[in-house]
Amino acid sequence: MHIAGLTGVDVALDIAGAGTRSYAFILDWHIRVLLALGWYCWVWWMLRAIHAASALATRPFFLLAGLPAIVIYLLYHPVLEVLMRGRTPGKRRAGVRIVLRNGGTPGVGALLVRNIFRLVDSLPMLYVFGLVCCLTTEQRVRIGDLAAGTVLIRDSVAAGRALAQLGAMVSDSGLKPEAVELVHDLLERWSALELSRRDEIARSILARIDRDSSEVGLSALDDAQLLCRLRTLVNAGAETRA
Amino acid sequence: MSESSAAGAWMKSRSRAWSEWLTQLPARPRNLDVAAAQRFIERYRALARDLASARRLLPGSRATAALEALYVSAHADIDRSAPASRARGLQLLRDEVPAIVRSLRPTILWLALLLAVATAAGYWLIGRYPDLIVLIASDKMIDDVEHGRLWTEGLLHVTPASLVSMRILSNNIVVSLFAFCGGIFFGLGAFYIVAINGLMLGAMFAFTHRYGIDGALLKFILAHGPVELSVMCIAGAAGTALGESLIRPTAPTRRESFQLAANRIVRVLLACALLLIGCGLIEGFISPDPRPSLALRAAIGLGYWVLMLAFLSGRLLRPFGARSAQTRRR
Repeated sequence: MHIAGLTGVDVALDIAGAGTRSYAFILDWHIRVLLALGWYCWVWWMLRAIHAASALATRPFFLLAGLPAIVIYLLYHPVLEVLMRGRTPGKRRAGVRIVLRNGGTPGVGALLVRNIFRLVDSLPMLYVFGLVCCLTTEQRVRIGDLAAGTVLIRDSVAAGRALAQLGAMVSDSGLKPEAVELVHDLLERWSALELSRRDEIARSILARIDRDSSEVGLSALDDAQLLCRLRTLVNAGAETRA
Repeated sequence: MSESSAAGAWMKSRSRAWSEWLTQLPARPRNLDVAAAQRFIERYRALARDLASARRLLPGSRATAALEALYVSAHADIDRSAPASRARGLQLLRDEVPAIVRSLRPTILWLALLLAVATAAGYWLIGRYPDLIVLIASDKMIDDVEHGRLWTEGLLHVTPASLVSMRILSNNIVVSLFAFCGGIFFGLGAFYIVAINGLMLGAMFAFTHRYGIDGALLKFILAHGPVELSVMCIAGAAGTALGESLIRPTAPTRRESFQLAANRIVRVLLACALLLIGCGLIEGFISPDPRPSLALRAAIGLGYWVLMLAFLSGRLLRPFGARSAQTRRR
C-alpha cells in the first residue's frame, strides 16, 4: 500500500499481518487483565489492611474494586490508543501502530469508531469475525479498521538509530556501504548458519574488505575470532562516533 | 566515480546529520514550540531528499529501509488532526449532531413505526398465546408477575440506586452501540434490535395485563422510557444509514462509502450516550422508587423528552454558541 508523502516522495506502508495483530492483541489482553486484576486485588488488600471487613462483603466493594476493574478492562484500548496516538503497550512490543489510510495519525473520532466496532469483530466469540475479515482483506484489516479508515503498519522504532549507525560505520570504518550491509547480514544470520559454512563466508568477506588480513592469517582464525573480527569491523565507526 | 563510491561518499556526507537527528529532536513530537516544529518539518523534508537519494544510490539496502521507516513515522507525526478542544466539542454537539439527526429523521420515524408495530405484535402474541412468555422473560420475572408484583419492586432495597443506574446505563449504551454496529449487516441488525425490543415491551405489557399490574409497569417506565426508546430508534437509524451506505454507496467504492458514513454518523452515538446517562440516572433513582406519583413521572418523562428534542435540534446549545461568538467579537 503506497501513500503520497507531503513532499512528493511516495512510500510504501508495511502492513502488519494477522499474526502480528494477534500477537499485539494477546499482549494487550494480558496487560489489561493484569491491570484490572491488580486494581481489584489492591483494593481488596487495602480494605483488609484497614480492617474494613464489612466493606469487603458489601456493594461498596463492587463500586470501589469491581467497577474500576471493569472500566480498566473495557476502556484500555480506546483510551491508550488515543493517548499514545495509535499505539498501545502490546502494539509497541509487537512493533506495530495504527495509521490512517493516507499514512497520517488517526484522530480521536477514528480511534473511537475503530473500537466501537470491536462489538462486531468479536462476534461470535474470540474475535473470529475480525480474524476472518483480517485474513480475507487485501490490507489485513478488521471491520473496525474498515469503518475508521485505518490500517495497522509495522512501526520501526529503531530505524533512526540503525540509520545513524550505518552512516557512522560507512563514514568511520572506510568500508563501502555494500560491505557494511554484507557484514551486517552475515552477523544477523550468524547463529542460524552452519559453523563451517559461516566461517567460510566470513573468511571470504574479510579477505575482500579487510586490508590487514592475509589469507593464511584468516585460515588460522576460529569461529569466535572470526565473529569478533567482523564485529570490530562494523563497530569501528559506531564506537569512534560514540 | 563509481556508483558504489558515490553511495559511500553520500553516506559519509549525511552520517553527521543522521546522528544529530537522534539527539536533536524528540522521538514523538508533542507540544513543540514554533522553532522546534519548524526543525521537525525541515527534518521531514531532509528525510524525503535522503530517501530519494538512497533509492537511487542504494536500492533495496538497509539504509533505504531505515529511511523509509523514518519517513513514514515522520509523515504520521506531521499529518494529524488538531487536538480536541472545548470549542470543537461544542461545535460537534451544537451543529454537527443536529445536522446528522435531521438527515436521519425519515429513518428515525420509520423505526419508531417499526417499534410501535413490534410492540403491538408482542402484545397481541402474548395476549393470544401467554405460554410464549417463557421465550422472553426469565423464570424469576414470570414468577414475580404471577404473584402480582413487578420484578422491579424492592429493587432499591437490594441494590443501591447508583449501582442500578450504572448497570442500566451501561447496558443501554451497549444496546445502542449494537444497534449502530448491527447496521453493517446491510441495516438488518439495526432493524432486528429495534424490533426485538418492541416485541419484548409489548409482550411484557400483555403479560402484566393478565395479572392486573400493567399500570405499575407503565408507572415504572414512564419517567425514563420515552427518551430511552427514542434513543434506541436514533441508534437504529444510525445503523440503518450505515447499512444504506453499503447498499447504495455514495463514494466510488463500498468501502469508502462505509467509512465516510461510519465517521459521520458515529457522532450521533455521543449524543445518544449522553442521553442514556440521564435515562440511567432516572431509571436508577426515580423509576423503582414508589413515592413519585404517576403525574410527576409523566412530567419527568415528557420534560426529559422535550429536553432531548431541544438538544438534538441544536436549540439547547445555541445560546452557548451565541455567547462565545459575542465574546470573540469583543
